[in-house]
Amino acid sequence: MTHSTPSRGTLKVTTPSDREIVMTRVFNAPRRVVFEAFNKPELLKRWLLGPPGWEMVVCEVAAKAGDKYRYEWRNTDGTQFGTGGVCVEMAPPERIVCTERMDGRPGESRLTTVFNENAGKTTFTMTMLFESRERRDEALKSGMEKGVAISYDRLEEMLSTMERGAAKS
Amino acid sequence: MPSTSQRLDVIFAALADSTRRAILARLAAGQASVNELSRPFAMSQPAISKHLKVLERAGLISRGQDRQRRPRRLEAKRLKEATEWLERYRQLWEANFQRLDTLLDELNAEELATAELKNKEKKQRRSKRRRRESNDTQHAI
Repeated sequence: MTHSTPSRGTLKVTTPSDREIVMTRVFNAPRRVVFEAFNKPELLKRWLLGPPGWEMVVCEVAAKAGDKYRYEWRNTDGTQFGTGGVCVEMAPPERIVCTERMDGRPGESRLTTVFNENAGKTTFTMTMLFESRERRDEALKSGMEKGVAISYDRLEEMLSTMERGAAKS
Repeated sequence: MPSTSQRLDVIFAALADSTRRAILARLAAGQASVNELSRPFAMSQPAISKHLKVLERAGLISRGQDRQRRPRRLEAKRLKEATEWLERYRQLWEANFQRLDTLLDELNAEELATAELKNKEKKQRRSKRRRRESNDTQHAI
């Protein structure tokens, strides 16, 4: 089995507890730049899009703790989806804590995003804490509902990715 | 009959341990006995057996027919159920982050260009000042 080595960090998604999803990824830029890309509407609109066919039509960001934020997307077929919440902590360029409520889905989650810089690269870690494991699993399923077409035959690769991830931690 | 969500919880809990993931990775290459499985892990057989029990309860592995060896084998279907969710979720986000990679490259390049321009301007200002200063000195003489 061969693996191509990604030039950047590949996204790692883990479920360390019943109520959490944790995403980790390395970006090839200083954290000041990465932080901007997460917090400036004109930059966010260029990458936070989800599956092909979706466009970000509303992007209101929070500047400080207490501010509300709101994101909305529209699909080419007219379907709309939105999410938003309140910023709890804003500490540029290291840390953002906010709440999130997705349209049409019950419950609120808490997102803690941390940017760590090392040798000009930034490690991004986002911890999503849900009210219950049911809510967590629903969020995981959302990837499926949005109809991302991917191959089912990736079990072995998945396992070794998990394995390499485990060896690193 | 437990719900899909409950079943997945058991599977995710079983997958939350690096030794158990390593055992699954080993079994993906073919069935193996408890003895064979404990060898690469510097762990006692009872310790490995405990991990195997967790995996078995989650339905991720099963026991083979051979009565003496009782080889364990991977239940790929069950594992797929969990990994498909995670993997689809991961792919969805990875697509976003690949777009972000491209954007960051652009921002890095812009920043570099701006820094170079500033440097150039600074140099120009400095040499202008130097010329002025040397003129002043000449006038003073």
